[in-house]
Amino acid sequence: MSENKSTPKPFEPRIVAFFCNWCTYTAADLAGTARMRYAPNVRVVRIMCSGRLDPQFVLTALREGADGVLIGGCHPGDCHYQEGNYKALRRFSLFKRMLNDLGIEPARVRLEWIAASEGDKVQRVINEMTEAVRALGPLKLEPRALEGLEASLSEKAAELVLTQGETS
Amino acid sequence: MSKPKVAFYWCASCGGCEEAVVDLAEDILGVVSAVDIMFWPVALDFKRHDVEAMPDGSLAVSFINGAVRSSEQHEMVEMLRKKSQAVIAFGSCAHMGGIPGLANMFGRKELLANSYFDVPSVINDQKVLPQTTFDAPEGKLTLPEMWETVKTLDQVIDVDYYLPGCPPPVKIIKEALNAILTGQLPPKGAVLAPDEALCDECPRRDTKPDKIIISKFVRPHQILMDHEKCLLAQGLVCLGPVTRKGCEGSCTKASMPCTGCMGPTSRVVDFGGKALSAIASIVDAKDEREIEAALMEVVDPVGTFYRYSLPTSLLHRRYVQTVKEGE
Repeated sequence: MSENKSTPKPFEPRIVAFFCNWCTYTAADLAGTARMRYAPNVRVVRIMCSGRLDPQFVLTALREGADGVLIGGCHPGDCHYQEGNYKALRRFSLFKRMLNDLGIEPARVRLEWIAASEGDKVQRVINEMTEAVRALGPLKLEPRALEGLEASLSEKAAELVLTQGETS
Repeated sequence: MSKPKVAFYWCASCGGCEEAVVDLAEDILGVVSAVDIMFWPVALDFKRHDVEAMPDGSLAVSFINGAVRSSEQHEMVEMLRKKSQAVIAFGSCAHMGGIPGLANMFGRKELLANSYFDVPSVINDQKVLPQTTFDAPEGKLTLPEMWETVKTLDQVIDVDYYLPGCPPPVKIIKEALNAILTGQLPPKGAVLAPDEALCDECPRRDTKPDKIIISKFVRPHQILMDHEKCLLAQGLVCLGPVTRKGCEGSCTKASMPCTGCMGPTSRVVDFGGKALSAIASIVDAKDEREIEAALMEVVDPVGTFYRYSLPTSLLHRRYVQTVKEGE
């Protein structure tokens, strides 16, 4: 994306985080109000429960350009909906094996239990994960997965240039 | 009035889809009297140049089965697209990549090396691999090029309808043919099968518990199956809950768990992701190690959940990890 090709920007990982409403999102909120500093590489999506996390969400994030996905839920036994985090754990257990078979390094997808009071854990986990993904480098999916996207983006860019040219 | 003209073609497939057409049995006579089959390499002696000679759009429908993974298949389907008013992706391979789509777990180099060098029954001392061109004394010989990645039909050409299944069930084929002949087709892009899960029409449906809890998954050879009871409730990985119905449970009827050949219903984007989600979440255990142990019998998650749909999945294929130089 950098304009100057001779000095490419260093790689900044893009991480999508799915945080459960009751524990981890509240913890992230706490980290914010406590002004804890952590890596700005995470885009947080709030979901009601880690049990709502469909593996399709993770695959879509990876497909659409995320270099890593972080999932946060309540500690075992603390789920607001009793069982949701166990469901998340069961899915994650099999899912990480499947992702590994598909060539996605284990460090790119991480599940963490973070309680509402653990703002410092949000900070630590995000920093750790950002560094781990940075060390792995950008996620390179099969080129075709992104080819269409690039073409449609450049088409849109060309359209923009055209319309701007007309108005000026 | 002349009869509508149709074509059948096969790409990367096993021939089972052709067999499914023959399985129409005496009903095929009705089909033959209603349409003119202009091209069908497996059964009729028409050649590529016969198709080439047809005017564009002169075929009413082309039924194309098989995944697309070579330059020849690509050429043929592009030609058939031009000659046809409608193209129907016929069977799991054309629809979602099918079994050949599992080749996307490897690269072309690995696949060729396996087939031409590593298979125990192969003797290939000169390490000969297929070449796209070869200068023989009689002249230059050519072969189509095999692609790195297996693709579904709609990743290569515009597809109007999909007939799912491995192979598509006779009932579904008949209904589709009727819809075509009477012009009562749904909107373009539809899968020509009911949009509900297989459990809905499974003969074991009544024995499916309201809440299924599994302490350990098993594989069909590991247990003595109850021939009436819900297979999932017996701990078998049955993909009925996430698979489109239309086959009337031809596998579950015969005590084989559903493997998902009919593909997902319209609400699902990534079949494997959704299937994994449905299967993993019914495990009983709450402890990480116990969960892992309960899921150990799902030995090959990609082969289990993406058995027919890897090329159409969100990731399309395994991506080869960037190997650092010198490694």
